[in-house]
Amino acid sequence: MTFVLSEDQQMIRDTAMAFARDELPVSHLRELRDTGANGNDPATRAKLAELGFFGVLVPEEHDGVGMGMVAMGQIMEAQGRTLAVTPLLQTAVLGASVLTLGGSEAQKSEWLPKIASGEATVALAIDEGTHHAPLNIATEAERNGQGYTLNGAKRFVSDGHHADVFIIAARTFGEPGQAHGISLFLVPNDASGLTVQALNTVDAHGAAHLHLEDVAVGEDSVVGAVDAGWEALEPALDRGRIALAAEALGSSQAMFDMTLEYMQTRKQFGQLIGSFQALQHRAAKMFTELEMTRSCIAAALSGVDEQRNDIAELASLAKAKASELVHLVSNETVQFHGGIGMTDAHDSGLYMKRARVQEALLGGATYHRDRYAKLNGF
Amino acid sequence: MAFDAPEELDGFRAEVRDWLEANCPASMRTPMKDDEVVWGGKREKFKNPDSKIWLERMGEKGWTAPEWPTEYGGGGLNKAQAKVLQQEMRRIKARPPLFSFGLWMFGPALLEFGNHEQKTRFIPDIVMGKTRWCQGYSEPGAGSDLAGLQTKCEDKGDHWLINGQKVWTSYADQADWIFCLVRTDKTVKHEGISFLVFDMASEGVEARPIKLISGSSPFCETFFTDVKVPKDQLVGKLNGGWTIAKRLLQFERSSISAGGFGGTGGSGILSPQEYAKHYVGVDETGRISDGDMRARIADHLMYSKAFSLTVQRTTEEAKAGQEVGHTASILKYGAAKLNQDKSELIVEALGTDGLGWDGDGFADDAKKATRSWLRSKGNSIEGGTSEINLNVIAKRVLGLREHQ
Repeated sequence: MTFVLSEDQQMIRDTAMAFARDELPVSHLRELRDTGANGNDPATRAKLAELGFFGVLVPEEHDGVGMGMVAMGQIMEAQGRTLAVTPLLQTAVLGASVLTLGGSEAQKSEWLPKIASGEATVALAIDEGTHHAPLNIATEAERNGQGYTLNGAKRFVSDGHHADVFIIAARTFGEPGQAHGISLFLVPNDASGLTVQALNTVDAHGAAHLHLEDVAVGEDSVVGAVDAGWEALEPALDRGRIALAAEALGSSQAMFDMTLEYMQTRKQFGQLIGSFQALQHRAAKMFTELEMTRSCIAAALSGVDEQRNDIAELASLAKAKASELVHLVSNETVQFHGGIGMTDAHDSGLYMKRARVQEALLGGATYHRDRYAKLNGF
Repeated sequence: MAFDAPEELDGFRAEVRDWLEANCPASMRTPMKDDEVVWGGKREKFKNPDSKIWLERMGEKGWTAPEWPTEYGGGGLNKAQAKVLQQEMRRIKARPPLFSFGLWMFGPALLEFGNHEQKTRFIPDIVMGKTRWCQGYSEPGAGSDLAGLQTKCEDKGDHWLINGQKVWTSYADQADWIFCLVRTDKTVKHEGISFLVFDMASEGVEARPIKLISGSSPFCETFFTDVKVPKDQLVGKLNGGWTIAKRLLQFERSSISAGGFGGTGGSGILSPQEYAKHYVGVDETGRISDGDMRARIADHLMYSKAFSLTVQRTTEEAKAGQEVGHTASILKYGAAKLNQDKSELIVEALGTDGLGWDGDGFADDAKKATRSWLRSKGNSIEGGTSEINLNVIAKRVLGLREHQ
């Protein structure tokens, strides 16, 4: 595992940090929310494409830059700092990973260049219940003469309200809870029988419920082997979890910095509130958690690039730690700011709302603790 | 010695491998038994005779202190070579030949602050394990506020005269010499402290063991009544002891967070999950059947992993020349929490089998785990309390100010 960035990785980090700070400050999210854009932001999508961020995980042979997860993690951390709404998690991480890991040569040649250029956005649609449970796939894909017919529903799909194409997990065999029998299907957003129900979410990023009623897809839309979609899905989900953990780390760091600054300016009883030991110790504990979580995320990011065999464990560690961290820091940020932290005009509420979405997506601390225990044999 | 070229390092590795093969006794390649730990010094009994041979051979090479200068008996190795030695020792599962406060704390400080005569006099015996050192820091009235120490040191012309009391002096009853903080100026606080070393056999020194809640007595109360100390045993400048003390505390905190805690168990104690599987039971899928305990054990293991990754990260960043701040305080805080949580989980998983004290009816490892759990309560007190470490993080790392 390497913890120190290479020159290229440092450069992309600097670029991403500057881009988030200058072009996508928190006020931009506020503007999107107040104008009812619901996280739909074509202008930002175009800028991200120009920077090449969509192609970071896409191999060079498919017009990407193939820089790897450490680089991607820097971009995700940067977007977390300013709560930037981008399609990167779904398109550049999950979509690109599923296709790279499981796609046929034809699918890779068709979709990866479009992902890398920002021409197409993707949304991976897995969960059907209110809690992350990627094995609990009940959506059915029934074989017909020319391909498959899909029936079922997906809940709270990030970017689902504006994605161009979906990768939908459906069951071709077995029962919910089993890995074998899950297959992945590429479904365009205008497929007949697919209803996209846009959702107004607490974080103002938006999402969608999907309803599939006799959606017909061709044989060539299956990503990976039939019944064995899990083989590409699980490692892709782990990359998504690590990337999302990096985003949550960025948000936590931004909230912590904001809180620390407030502690050094706000006075009560004639004293800076940062001089009160009750607050100092809580800040020091938050800092300790931040540093420990940063180590877990750095290890998981570089673990993917080094193709280690303990990525599942590292991903669950990173996502659990990041979920706990962002939960703690968001609550403390509101509390440390007092009354002003309760106002809509202040940013702490926006961070807290996004924090809960970062926690829930792809599994929170409870889910990943359970998985970590299983992976460790108890 | 510029030895860094890979091929030369390979040569060194071969040399180390051959030497270890020829010189490390077979019984020194087995897991360390608790009663065979070698602390050195005049009272060392060497329960296993091989451990005496092993210490002598390693000491002769200077490899008990691989990176210290050869001039004072050290190994004179550079970092890369020291790492090779460590790797090769680990490869054959060689026991550390010597546990020593001299090696971990006093030696590094003396090399930095002592004069040539002092180094010549004390360092070689630390390397050879001939002198066992103890640390005279805390006093009954100076714990977290260490600089409030009052042990009096008067200049009597041809000697220093020491009167006062130290407490929590680790193994003072076993030690040959003490390095000690004393007050040489009462009118100022930090600037009135000096750093002295003296023989524990001096007239007027008395060490009384303190029995802990765990039943063991690793610490003593140490009394000094008109102890005469030769003038040349002052280390550093008169009234300049606090600088040395702080530096030494860093060595202490790093050696603690590197796993040198009291109460880390010792041989034979299993992991919380192993005990929980056995004593609490598992369901049909192999999960610990108490879901709440299972979650807390998983949480602890994740904290443990996060901690060791943080040690790795800060080491790597330091090597790359990046500023890592006061990581010693972060790591000391984390290490204490980690060890205490682990001990609590083990005792909880053992159930009533974790509540034995001595005698029959309880397994040896369970009794050991119980004592270890009690001992671990000191982890957040010794070497700087967790609260002091949080103060250090708040003030030195986060830049928060003192209350006015």
